[in-house]
Parts: sequence; C-alpha cells; structure tokens
Amino acid sequence: MRHEILEKNVILLSICILITVSIGGLVQLVPLFAMEQTIEKVDGVRPYSPLELAGRNIYVREGCYTCHSQQVRPFRDEVERYGHYSLAAESMYDHPFQWGSKRSGPDLARVGGKYSNEWHAAHLTNPRSVVPESIMPPYGFLARRDLNYADIADHLRTLRIVGVPYTDEQIAQAGADVATQAQAEPTDDTDALLARYPKAVVGDFDGDPERVTEMDALVAYLQMLGTLVDFTSYKPELDYR
Amino acid sequence: MTAAAAVPPAAIAYEDDCIRKFTIATVFWGVVGFLVGVIIALQLAFPVLNLDLPWTTFGRLRPVHTSAVIFAFGGNALFATSLYCVQRTCRARLFGGSGMGSFLFWGFQLVIVMAASGYVLGITQSKEYAEPEWYVDLWLTVVWVGYLIAFAGTIMKRKEPHIYVANWFFLAFILTIAVLHLGNNVSVPVSLFGTKSYIIWAGVQDAMTQWWYGHNAVGFFLTAGFLGMMYYFIPKQAERPVYSYRLSIVHFWTLIFLYIWAGPHHLHYTALPDWAQTLGMVFSIMLWMPSWGGMINGIMTLSGAWDKLRTDPILRFMVASVAFYGMSTFEGPMMSIKAVNSLSHYTDWTIGHVHSGALGWVAFVTFGCVYYLVPRLWNRPRLYSLRFVTYHFWVATIGIVLYITAMWISGIMQGLMWRAYDSYGFLQYSFIETVEAMHPYYVIRASGGILFLLGALIMVYNLIKTIKGDIRTETAFEQPVGAAAMRAGE
Repeated sequence: MRHEILEKNVILLSICILITVSIGGLVQLVPLFAMEQTIEKVDGVRPYSPLELAGRNIYVREGCYTCHSQQVRPFRDEVERYGHYSLAAESMYDHPFQWGSKRSGPDLARVGGKYSNEWHAAHLTNPRSVVPESIMPPYGFLARRDLNYADIADHLRTLRIVGVPYTDEQIAQAGADVATQAQAEPTDDTDALLARYPKAVVGDFDGDPERVTEMDALVAYLQMLGTLVDFTSYKPELDYR
Repeated sequence: MTAAAAVPPAAIAYEDDCIRKFTIATVFWGVVGFLVGVIIALQLAFPVLNLDLPWTTFGRLRPVHTSAVIFAFGGNALFATSLYCVQRTCRARLFGGSGMGSFLFWGFQLVIVMAASGYVLGITQSKEYAEPEWYVDLWLTVVWVGYLIAFAGTIMKRKEPHIYVANWFFLAFILTIAVLHLGNNVSVPVSLFGTKSYIIWAGVQDAMTQWWYGHNAVGFFLTAGFLGMMYYFIPKQAERPVYSYRLSIVHFWTLIFLYIWAGPHHLHYTALPDWAQTLGMVFSIMLWMPSWGGMINGIMTLSGAWDKLRTDPILRFMVASVAFYGMSTFEGPMMSIKAVNSLSHYTDWTIGHVHSGALGWVAFVTFGCVYYLVPRLWNRPRLYSLRFVTYHFWVATIGIVLYITAMWISGIMQGLMWRAYDSYGFLQYSFIETVEAMHPYYVIRASGGILFLLGALIMVYNLIKTIKGDIRTETAFEQPVGAAAMRAGE
C-alpha cells in the first residue's frame, strides 16, 4: 500500500484513524445492548428506594468506589468470603455502575444485612473504634449533616429518562418515602413503601430519631446491597454467557 | 525520515508563547499531582492523615491525584509538545495564532481547576479518570474541538510535503480522546442549575463503556500522545533519524487498531459476558507486539549515538522512559491473562503496574522534553545545570524502583492471602489481616513517592535558574575516548 497518500492528506488520515479505532469499540459495545443474554432473568431486582438512592449518591460523592469493589467473582474464596458471585441483573438499574477496581477495603456487593445499623454508624464515624487495624477515613460528618432531599423526585424523574422504570406513584411519593424509610415518624405506616420497594430496610439508621441525616441514607443503601435477588429461584446453568 | 529538515529558524514566527505557558503549567501541575499522590499514599499507611474532614479524605483526594497527573501534568505536556512539534515539522505557524494559543491554554486550565475543585467538594460522577460532572465535560469538549482545529489546521497549511510520524500519533490521540470522551460521558443533568447528573448507561453496559474509555485513556492519552513525543524529541536530542520508517507505519496502525479492544481486561470474571472478556484478553496480549515494536523504534534511534547516554542526561531520561514503556507494556498483557488477573485484580499490583507506566514512561519522557524545551523556548544557551538533571534522574529512578517493587510484593501477597486456605479447609485470613500486612509496603511506597517528588523539585529549581539566565559552573561530562571520533568517521 502507498502510505504516502495518507501522509500527505490530513483529512484522509483522520478518517482512516477514526475507522481504525472504531472497530474494536463497536464490536464489544453494541452487542451488549442488543443481546438478550447480557442480563440474566432473575426475581427481586428493583429500582432503588429514594432513601437508598440518596445514600448511593453519597457513596458516589465520597469516592467509596476508590477502595471498595461491588463485584464478587466466581471463585471459591470470594464466594465463601462475600457470598454468591455478582450477577449483571443486580446492577441493571445502576447509573453509574459501582463495580470498582480496587479492594483496599473488602468487597461490598453483599454487605447488606451482615452488620447492624449501629455497627455501620459507629464504623463510619470512626472505623478504628470497631476495627482497630482499619485504614478507612472517618466519616463522622455524615451524621451531623441533614440529608438534602428536597429535589429527590427530580432525581427519580431523571433516572426514568435514562431507563429506570420508576412509576408516577413512586416519583410523587419520593419525598415522603425518604422520611418513612428513615423512620422520621416511627408511627408512619410503612406498608405502602414496602409495596413500592419490596425488601427495603426500614429503620432509624443513625440512632438519631430527630432528623434524617446523610448517615441514615448511606446506611440504608449499605443495608440493601446484594439482598434483592431471590437465589432460591435462580438457575445459573440457564444463564451461561 | 529525519526528525525535521534544516530550516532557517528566522523564516517562520512560531507561536511559542502558549508553549511556554503550557510548559510552566506542566511543571506546576506535575508537582501538585505528585504531592497529592504522596499525601494519599501516606493516608493509606497512616489513616489519621485523613484529618476527619470531608474535603481531605482519600476518597475525594484520589481523583485529584489521578486527574492532576494524567490530565493536568500529562495534558499540559501533550499540548506543549504537540503544538511545538507540529509547527516545526510543518514549518508553519500555529493555526489561529496567539489567540488560539491563549484560548487553548486558559480553556484547559479552567477544565483542570473546575474538575479538581469539584472533587474536593464531592462533585464527581465516579467513573474513573472521567470523574468530572457534565458541565466540565461540555467545556472540555469545546476546548478539545479547538485543539483539533488548531492542530489539524496547522498541518493543513504546512510547507513540508509529508506529515511527520509524530503528528500521526498526536492526531490519533486528539481524535480518539474526543470519541472516548463523548461516548463515556453521555449523561442527563438533574437540573440545569445543579452539578449532579445521571449517566445514560447502566450496570454492565456502563462498566464496558467505562473501561473502553478508561483503558484507552491509557492507550491514547498516555501512550499514543506520548509516543508522538518520543518520535519527535528523541531523534532531535540524539541528533539521529528515527530507526525505521517502515516500523513507524506498522507501529502506528497496529497500535491504534489493537488498543481499543483491550478494555474488557479490567472486567475479568465480572458479570460482563465471557465472550467480551476473552476478546479483551486476546487483544491485550496481541498489543504486546506493536508496543515493543514502538519501543525498539525509539531505543534503536540511538544507533551510533549510544555514548551520548553517558554525556547527555536529558537523553538518558528519554531512553529510560522508553525502557520503562517496554517493561510496563510487557507486564500489562501478562496481567490481562485471566489466570494472572484472578490474582492481580483488585490488588496493589495494578497500582504498581500503572505507576511503572506513569512514573517511568509518561513522567520521564515529559521530563526529558521539558529539559529540551525550556532553554530553546526562553533562548538560553543551555540548562542551568546538567548535573542537576543527573541528580533528578537518579533520585526519581530510585523512587520508582521503591514504588513498584513495594506494590509488586504487597499486591501479590494480598492476592495470595485472600485465596489462602488452612488445613481444615477454612479461609486462612480475615480481610483485615490482609490489610494489616500491607502496612510496611505502604510506607515504602510513600517513601518512593517522596523521592520522586524530590526529584521534581530539583527540576523546578534547575528550570527557574535556567529561565533567569543563570549558568552553573560545573565540569562537563567526560566524553568517552574515541566516541566523537567514531561518530565523525561514520
């Protein structure tokens, strides 16, 4: 081939570069959106409740993903340490994904329900008070800050635009659901919340019933991680991809 | 193909003002990025240094470090060297002139400041190396289009018939980064007056898009662009032509074709479908070939001028950088093999691998180029001190060796501890025991980082004295007997 032609025409060179660098990305990305098998068929995965979503946004804001993965690999040691290996379905409503790339701390994909709310609040406030060798930064300020959820319905609405199937009812009730799940009024009826968000963990997460804090939201998120899928009905052999 | 034809320099008024600014910014952000790196390395060894403040935790400062070194230090270096190289090899003034130069410089600095201040305040979309939120992404797009227009426009009005090989690499870097940036950052803001947005991709598709972007930020920002530097500045400093023109062509097209496929090796054994993982692994291993082809082309450019490594510490920086490039592009394909990756992934081995590339290749070739550029841009006869360049070289090299060996040991050790079983068939170590075992290596790593920072400060002193016009009285490096005669008689 006469490479000279490209060396003398910057437009042609640019077009050839763009074609060359596009092939690999197209081959790997496009089928993921088209293939039905990319995401397994499982029962139980639902969009985040408004409080969990607010907690997830705090997880993102604080860069928790820089030290914690959320992706259990299918190895004997990981399955024994963390639980069932992660499924694609479990992050199908994650914008953005939080799989992480480094485990300076343990994987959190299935941390939900493993520790009490009190443990999480104490650990986040001062990690070394419960794990003396921990190198995690302290996040005590979360318990001192009121959660700002005035615009939480806008967040649900935006997520609906990018594909999360929030219903009109879920969006309309978003603000109230935050307060209910964090038990701002312990007498509030939680049935409607649990119907909208099955398996949602209800509680006063930070130990301060007076207010809904950022600590409430983050702990609510941690407590639901990896708990949604009903693994008794999951058939992995049908899902080999 | 020689680096550049001999042109009377007075004939063209190159736009060098913006290159001087980009060069200063390279050094400034380099020191900032290395300093934040040292701080977060020390935080992992001594967590009390997180200071119990929201703005100074590891989670918020880590993106400051990565963005400062990749995009602020590396990005300014790419602007400086690409715009210097394209004007000289095309014998044309920068398209758009000084107005374009100022726009690119201040526009890019604004990107950096908006991104970094956002991270400290907790504004991030949490996609690694693409953390800035939507408003910064939009502004970067504007600046980047300007960069493409300036670069391609200068090529279009060139007075040389051929486009020089370094410019192919710079062009591929500019174009591909534009594609990656746009593809990975499609998001919907919650409000036009707020900072938060949600990315359009979800879960497994978002993961694949992110690492298609992330690995090619390495492949095109930190590799193709810096190979452009290699192809211009090593021949210039060595005063030798590029080793092989044919190899340059093969190197260029194979490298940019194969790199794009390598992203899924960041997602081995995850919920990403197996076929995509396997494709990522196979292409990553194939990538070894063009990488080493390029390394050979760079190093063999010294054919007939090897003795200069003894007398020219600037060239030593450049050649050592290519050697580090060769080492990390061997290590990378090896770590992309699924069996190896099952051990190395999520551990410090990855961090060590990144730093042998970032410190050894990217930073060293940048230091070499900055030492080349500063005397020329400020019209000084030579650097203030060549001895100081040597001190910088050795302090930084020892720093890198401490850094990467500490990370090899801690990474492999932690990977093995996670999968260790005792004789009863139980997991032998709790997670926290594996964290505790890392402590001595985190201290060694931080000390390596401190040495690297110290080397950069030696450079800062040397460059300030050079710009002021001082010349240090020092004995010249001894010319090896017969070397000059050999070159003369060649």
